[in-house]
Amino acid sequence: MLEMLNKILIQNGLVTAFACVGVSIWLAGVLSRRLTFGHVHGSAIAIVIGLALAYFGGSVTHGQKGLADFPLLAGIGLMGGAMFRDFAIVATAFEVQASEARKAGMIGIVSLLLGTLIPFVIGALIARAFGYTDAVSMTTIGAGAVTYIVGPITGAAIGASSDVMALSIATGLIKAIIVMVGTPFAAKFMGLKTPRSAMIFGGLAGTVSGVSAGLAATDRRLVPYGALVATFHTGLGCLLGPSVLYLAVKAIVG
Amino acid sequence: MIIYGTALLAACHLMGLFLGDLLGAAIGVKANVGGVGIAMLMLISLKIYLNGKGWMPKETEAGVGFWGAMYIPVVVAMAANQNVVAALKGGPVALLSAIAAVGACALVIAVLSRSGKDDTAFPPAHSLEFTEEQDI
Repeated sequence: MLEMLNKILIQNGLVTAFACVGVSIWLAGVLSRRLTFGHVHGSAIAIVIGLALAYFGGSVTHGQKGLADFPLLAGIGLMGGAMFRDFAIVATAFEVQASEARKAGMIGIVSLLLGTLIPFVIGALIARAFGYTDAVSMTTIGAGAVTYIVGPITGAAIGASSDVMALSIATGLIKAIIVMVGTPFAAKFMGLKTPRSAMIFGGLAGTVSGVSAGLAATDRRLVPYGALVATFHTGLGCLLGPSVLYLAVKAIVG
Repeated sequence: MIIYGTALLAACHLMGLFLGDLLGAAIGVKANVGGVGIAMLMLISLKIYLNGKGWMPKETEAGVGFWGAMYIPVVVAMAANQNVVAALKGGPVALLSAIAAVGACALVIAVLSRSGKDDTAFPPAHSLEFTEEQDI
């Protein structure tokens, strides 16, 4: 019986992955509502669960691919692999309304550029201070400080090692969680009360999940304005990270 | 047809990655340069073009929208296959980079939102259909 079930789960790896990820996200949603009363976004908890399971998988199997090193869960490797990841990222571009984006105007573009450059430079410098002195690692960790999507996409494009990629995701994830939890408390300091300020926030604070959750916890009406700019964030980071920013870092550190 | 949307997305994805490879080769980087970003820009432009022509019915949009909504689940799966054990050895890097990045950005937001003229305001009962649940 159990062997038959095992065989089916292994043979249908990707489908198994869909089911497992679905359960994790449901669990994350429950934890988000019950434990944090919605203060920490469900997606952030789900990603933390994913990273925790990857840690568990890595320590049990001593492999490189986290949970995907269990034969039963190899489908997670396909679902979270480069093909599906890039496909889903490209699809999110569809949510950008060009007519609305124009309203964001110059200040949105300025904050988007600053929101890519400032975290990148800080992340890359801190990475260097901690001994990641090669251009690829500095760029990947710097990109992770932009968002947890830009980090691995940049890392994959320029050939970063898996541990640097994980570090860059961890950086982006910690940043997203700080934005989600900290925004309501820092809202007054940041002057978050108008659509324009929400757009500045969306450009500078980065991740869509961080921005939308952080703004929702502050003032529900701010959400669409911030998220609108934030949806450009990952695209801009993915465009600049492996190209201009990588070449700049390479030119500086050699 | 829902497949038209997914096929459009697939075409942009492949074309973007191809152009990213070409760009990488052109500037001498042994890597795909901005392929995903190029694909996104192509999809945004194509959406505007097709919408203008009236060739973007709801079903076609759903063929892309589904994959956009799968973004967080895919990221969760991606997190689950990272080499976290190895990453934790460099722990303070992630924590410090994140805290410093958020702090610096918060300062810049505070400055920018107070500078210049802010003539934006909330119209009464503005579009509240956007929910944070879309993110998960």
